[in-house]
Amino acid sequence: MKAGIITWRFKAISEGNAGNTESGLTVHTRAVVAAWPSAPADRKKLTRVQQVRTPLHSNLAAALAVLVLMVWGCVSQASGQATNEVEDLRRQLRQLQENFERMQREQHQQIEALTKKMDNLTKEQAAEADKKKLEQELATELQKNQPTAAAPPTTPAPSAAWSPTQPLTVARAGSAYMNISFDALMDVGGSTAPDPSQFLELGDHDPMTRGFSLPNAEIALDGAVDPYFKGFANIVLKLDHNNETSIELEEAYAQTMSLPANFQAKAGQFYAAFGRQNAQHPHQWAFVDDPIILTRTFGPDGLRNVGGQLSWLAPTPFYTEAFLGVFNGQGSTAFSFRNPGQPDTNGVLRVHGRATTDLTLSSPGELLYVPRIASSFDLTDQQTLVVGASAAFGPNETGTDLRSQVYGADIYWKWKPANAQAGFPFVSWQTEALYQRFNAGADPSASLTAEGLRDWGFYSQVLWGFRPRWMAGLRGEYASGNHGEYDPYDVYRNERTRFSPDLTFYPSEFSKIRLQYNYDHGALFGVEHSVWLQFEFLLGAHGAHKF
Amino acid sequence: MKNLWLSLVALVVMGAPAQAKLNVVATTPDLASIAREIGGDHIDLTALAKPTEDPHFVDAKPSLILKLNRADVLIEGGAELEIGWLPRLLDESRNSKLAAGAPGHVICSQGVPLREVPTTLDRSRGDIHAAGNPHFLVDPVNAKIVAQNIATAFCSLDAKSADAYRGNLKKFTEVLEAKLLEWQKKLEPFKGQQVVAYHNSWLYFGERFGLNIDIFLEPKPGVPPTPKHMAAVIMRMKTEKVHVILVDPYLDRRTAETVAARTAATVVDVTQFPGGVKGSEGGYIDLMDYLVNAVAKALAGK
Repeated sequence: MKAGIITWRFKAISEGNAGNTESGLTVHTRAVVAAWPSAPADRKKLTRVQQVRTPLHSNLAAALAVLVLMVWGCVSQASGQATNEVEDLRRQLRQLQENFERMQREQHQQIEALTKKMDNLTKEQAAEADKKKLEQELATELQKNQPTAAAPPTTPAPSAAWSPTQPLTVARAGSAYMNISFDALMDVGGSTAPDPSQFLELGDHDPMTRGFSLPNAEIALDGAVDPYFKGFANIVLKLDHNNETSIELEEAYAQTMSLPANFQAKAGQFYAAFGRQNAQHPHQWAFVDDPIILTRTFGPDGLRNVGGQLSWLAPTPFYTEAFLGVFNGQGSTAFSFRNPGQPDTNGVLRVHGRATTDLTLSSPGELLYVPRIASSFDLTDQQTLVVGASAAFGPNETGTDLRSQVYGADIYWKWKPANAQAGFPFVSWQTEALYQRFNAGADPSASLTAEGLRDWGFYSQVLWGFRPRWMAGLRGEYASGNHGEYDPYDVYRNERTRFSPDLTFYPSEFSKIRLQYNYDHGALFGVEHSVWLQFEFLLGAHGAHKF
Repeated sequence: MKNLWLSLVALVVMGAPAQAKLNVVATTPDLASIAREIGGDHIDLTALAKPTEDPHFVDAKPSLILKLNRADVLIEGGAELEIGWLPRLLDESRNSKLAAGAPGHVICSQGVPLREVPTTLDRSRGDIHAAGNPHFLVDPVNAKIVAQNIATAFCSLDAKSADAYRGNLKKFTEVLEAKLLEWQKKLEPFKGQQVVAYHNSWLYFGERFGLNIDIFLEPKPGVPPTPKHMAAVIMRMKTEKVHVILVDPYLDRRTAETVAARTAATVVDVTQFPGGVKGSEGGYIDLMDYLVNAVAKALAGK
C-alpha cells in the first residue's frame, strides 16, 4: 500500500505540469489503483485512502509543478544555444537507455511467461499423476469400505430366498398408456452331463444345453384398461437347442381395480397363486433354474392356465389374503392334471408312462381348483415374514375318474436395515415344501397297473445382498417319492438332491450377471456338476414386482 | 366367537366402520409431516417409508397393502419417486378412494415447477426420472404448494372440518414464510458457493438458497461412485475450494468420508425426511431448521 502511494506521488509530481486539475489527478489515481495487484479488500481501502488524500495532495503537487516550471525557465534562458549539443547527446543517451530498459523488460516478461507455462505444464502432469494415484488409493479404500454390510441379525439364519422387489423393480416411462418392456435371459455354461436337458434341467426356461442358450425372452405389457381393470400380457419367445424360435402366450389377464368388500378378481391366462415361485417370471428368480420339486408337480412351465381367480383381503390386523383360482386345468401347463403328456417314439402321448385319454369336461368338479391363503407379519421395522399354504385339485388323464392333489407350504423372511442403500444389504430366506398325490391309471399295453404315486420335496434358499449391487445365494433341494412301476424311466420321479451356490451382480436395476454352480445327485443319473453364467437385460418400462 | 364372526361379516359388508377422522396415508415422512400440519387432530396418519429409508427402494411389503386398503386419503409425492413400489401396492389395495384421479389420491407434485425434466429418456445416463427431479420438497416454496394441495383434498373429503384445515393451512403458510426469510438470511453469506452431494437430491434446496449443489459423488444418478469419478471430484473440490459434502442417511457415508479426508471437507448428514437424522424429528419446519443450520455451520467453518 505504501509503495502504491509513493508511485502515485511520483507520477503526480512528474505529470503535474500536464494538467494539475483535480479531475485529471483523480483519473490517474484510479488507473494506479486498478493496476495494483492486491486483494480486493486492500484495494478498496487504498481507493478510500487516496480519495481522501487527493485534495490535499493535488494542492501540494500544483505548487511543486509551478516551482519546477519556474526553475526550468530560468535555466533555459541562462544556458542559451551552447547547451543544444549537450542536450541532443543527453536525449540520445536517454533514448538508448530507455530502449535498453524496454528490451530488458520485454525479455524479462518473456522469460516469466515461459517459466509460468513450464510450471503449469509440470503442475498439470503432477496433477494427472496425483489423480491416477488417488484413483488407485480410492479403489482400495472403496473395497475396504463396503463389505461390512452390517451383520445380519441373530434371527433365523436358515437356507435360501430372494425378494423379487429388490433389484429389478424398474420405472415406468412417463405418461404412456401402458408399460412396455422386453427382457432377455441368456445362459452359457457346461455340465458333466452331455445333455443337461435330459435329467438335470427340466424347466422350459432353464439352461438346456452345453454352451449358449437363450431360454427366455419376454415382452411384458401392462397398464390400466379403464377405471375398472388393469391388463397384463406376457409373451415369451424361446430358442430351442436347434435355435428354432417358439412363441407362447405365457400370461394375458385382466384384474379388477375396486370390487366391493375387499374382493379382487382376475381372468384370463395366468400363473396360479400357488406358493411363492410359481407365479414369478424367470427373470425374478434368484437362481438360473426352476426348483426340482416345482418342475415335478407343475411341469417345465409352471402351473398356469386359462381361468379366473377371486381373492379377498381379510379385515385382520395383519395382512391376510385368501385366493381361489379355477382353471380349465388342461394342457402341459397343468402338468399333474389334464395334461396329454409327452409323445413316445411311436407318437403316443404319455404321462408317467401311461397313455393319456383326452377327457372333456362333464361337470364343474372336473375343473382345476387352486386355493391359497397367505399372511404377513412385520416382525420388526426391519424384518418381514410371509407364510402361505396352497393346494391344487383336479382330474388327470391317465385314465377315467382319476384325480391329483398337490399341497404346498411356503415361508419367506426378509431382513433389510432401515437405512439400506438401493435395497442393500438384505438377507432373505425362502422355503417351499410340496406334497403330491397322483392317482395314475392302468395301462396294460405298457404293463403298468393303477397306482397311487406320492411325491414330496422342498427347496430352501438364502440370499444375502452383501453390498450394493451384489448378492450371494445358496439353495438346497431334495425331492423323492414312493415307488412307482415306471420309475426306472421317469425323469420326473426318483430321489434327487441338488446344491446350488450362486453369485449375482446387478450393474443396474435393468441388468444382471449371475454365476451358478449345481451339484446334482439323482437315482437315475448319479452325480453331475454344472456351471452356468446368466446374463439378463431389460428394456423399457416394467411394472414393479410383488414382495 | 359368534360375535367375532358377526363383526367380521359386518366389516366385510360395510367396509371400514364410519369414523370421525380421515385415515391418511403418506408415502414419505416429509409429506406426512405437512399432512399433520394441515390435518392436526382431525386425521389419523401413517407414513409408508421410514425416514432413514431410500424413498426409491421401499419394499412393497404386504403390510403396506393393508394400510392402503384402509386409507381414505393417499398422499404421494408423484414425479416417479415412488414408482418402484407404490403402483404395485395400489394394484392390490382394492381401494377405489385411492384410484388415479380420485379426490383421495393426492399427487403433491401438481403445481410444483419440476426441474431437470429429461428431453430424451435414455438409461445410459443413469437412473433418471422421466417426470423431472422428484426431490422438490426441500424448497419451502414448494412446501407451500404441497400444503395447499393437501388442504384442498382434506377440505373436499371432510367438509365439516374444512375451516380447521383452512386455518391450519394459513397458519402453516405464515410460519413457513417467516421462516423462509430467516433461512434465507442465514444462508445469504454463502451465496454462490459450491457444495457436493452424494446423489442429485439437493437441487431445489440449492436453488432456493443460492448454493450450487451440482457436484455429485455418483457419476450418474443411481450409479455407485467409482475411483475415477471420485478422483475427478476431489481435484475439482481442491481447485474450486469446495469443502462441504451432503450425505443422506441411506447413502454410503464412508465414501463421502474418503473424499472429505482428501479435501479437508466436512461431511454433513442431511435428510429430506423429518427424523432421518437426529435433530430433524419435529416435522417439516424442524427439518428445514436443521438443514439450514447444518449447511450454514459447515460452510462457515472453512
